[in-house]
Amino acid sequence: MADKVLMKGNEAIAEAAIIAGCKHYFGYPITPQTEIAAYMAKRMPKVGGVFLQAESEVAAINMVYGVASTGTRVMTSSSSPGISLKGEGLSYLAGADLPALVVNVQRGGPGLGGIQPSQSDYFQATKGGAHGDFHMLVFAPASVQEMADLTVKGFDLADKYRMTSMILADGTLGQMMEPVSLDYEVKAPIEKPWAATGTQLKREHNVINSLYLKPEKLEQTNFERFDRYKQIEESEAMYEEYLTEDAEIIVTAFGIASRVAKNAVNMARAQGIKVGLIRPITLWPFPKQAYQNVIGKAKRIISVELSMGQMIEDVRLAVECKVPVTLCNRTGGMIVSPEQVLESIINASKEVNA
Amino acid sequence: MEFKRITIISGHFGSGKTNISVNLALELKKNKEDVAILDIDIVNPYFRTKDSTQLLEENGIKLICSEYANSNVDIPALPQQIYGVTDNLKSSFIIDVGGDDRGALALGRLAPKIKEENDFDMYYVVNKFRPLTSDSKSAIEVMREIEFACKMKFTGIINNSNLGLETTSSDVLGSVDYANQIAKETGLKVVLTTVNNSLYNELKDKIDNLYCLTLQKKL
Repeated sequence: MADKVLMKGNEAIAEAAIIAGCKHYFGYPITPQTEIAAYMAKRMPKVGGVFLQAESEVAAINMVYGVASTGTRVMTSSSSPGISLKGEGLSYLAGADLPALVVNVQRGGPGLGGIQPSQSDYFQATKGGAHGDFHMLVFAPASVQEMADLTVKGFDLADKYRMTSMILADGTLGQMMEPVSLDYEVKAPIEKPWAATGTQLKREHNVINSLYLKPEKLEQTNFERFDRYKQIEESEAMYEEYLTEDAEIIVTAFGIASRVAKNAVNMARAQGIKVGLIRPITLWPFPKQAYQNVIGKAKRIISVELSMGQMIEDVRLAVECKVPVTLCNRTGGMIVSPEQVLESIINASKEVNA
Repeated sequence: MEFKRITIISGHFGSGKTNISVNLALELKKNKEDVAILDIDIVNPYFRTKDSTQLLEENGIKLICSEYANSNVDIPALPQQIYGVTDNLKSSFIIDVGGDDRGALALGRLAPKIKEENDFDMYYVVNKFRPLTSDSKSAIEVMREIEFACKMKFTGIINNSNLGLETTSSDVLGSVDYANQIAKETGLKVVLTTVNNSLYNELKDKIDNLYCLTLQKKL
């Protein structure tokens, strides 16, 4: 194994992107993700890449659109309010079937909110994020190592499916430092015959566009895109299961909340409570199978979220309301404590065994 | 450890400056009555000296930092009492500077008076395991950028090489040559090599000027 280094989550994303062959970064500063831009500003010139601080988030996402049109790996990053500004561009990227990587290091909202961590952009990320019928691949890292690993994977899958990969992190993961290994075998980029790279007068020109003059053609394009989404839902969902085998209570959480939840699961196990954890790693596609597996076994699911409860809706859909799902949460930049989650587990345990 | 009236802690972003500042303030308090930390970090709104407010208060150490530190007011503000460091000559100070050259800009404002009084040390905190300062060449590059930004020269090096909770004794031992190389190329001395409590006894006879960090940052 390669030597480890000590990095902030934001820095790990930036370095992993460079390793993955991303030589184009466009962004606009916002706490708590500014280290991504700061790191890129230092590193990109040294690797022959481009770092450009755009005049706004809107400009940055459209620069991403431009580079993505050439089939070149490209990324931008922001935090919650800045991602909202990029919304139009995210929809255009989807409409033009362009691969790109977008990072959202979430902060408390709505509005300008605050700079403390949050997970309240779950709906925005997983249900499209802007106008029109579309999805993004959404990855939810839970460690600095995963910030890096999922960035590399995000680029690969974005290319494969010609769509945006979003890394949905939060202020804690962006700011915290952990040892990380950046030892990747980088695959050669796949062929992109659709890219607008110049015809050399040897082929018909490629068109990158999201405007359709005939509704029949637009409908057909949407149908075809959703066929692709269906294939992704069947093959790309990722999740972690922890002590679920005999669990009568399932705690579920993603990202930083899952680390708190895992601590609480261990504390509850020490008290003899049969509890396990399901941690979605991809939020879209949502790992429905993980939840369907516990139908008939688990008597209660507790969704632990740093929001007013967003993922909980997907959990309920996944279990088709056959298992009661309750919420354990903090919001507005506050973080759940292991004790709070433990209390929810103990209460649930009393209720299901009453 | 010998302290001048002012001890300036500067270095690369994420090198451990704040943690060392708080530890050194506690160390300084053992021999000096009037001790203060001046936090002039204009780079990072998180992980500030303010996290240690209670500990510092309990130990009678004055904390001078922006009233907006650790709040949602995300602006690079300096504390109102910043000039106390050069006006209040009875007090000993640790100055916690923000990371990299950008952070050191704030120190530049104080530099003329600090240099005029000439009773200070300025320590460069390095961590071999931070990728942008992982060899002596890159570490010295960052060091020179900081010196240029604040118009001051470092007087010593603090080797704070660590991998967080995963740090082993061989990681620390392996960082000694790295720190010595930086010292050799810059003509400075490694004044401290830091280590946490769990590794101190194992390493105390093997590394010169080994310093046990009594306060550990926990996440």
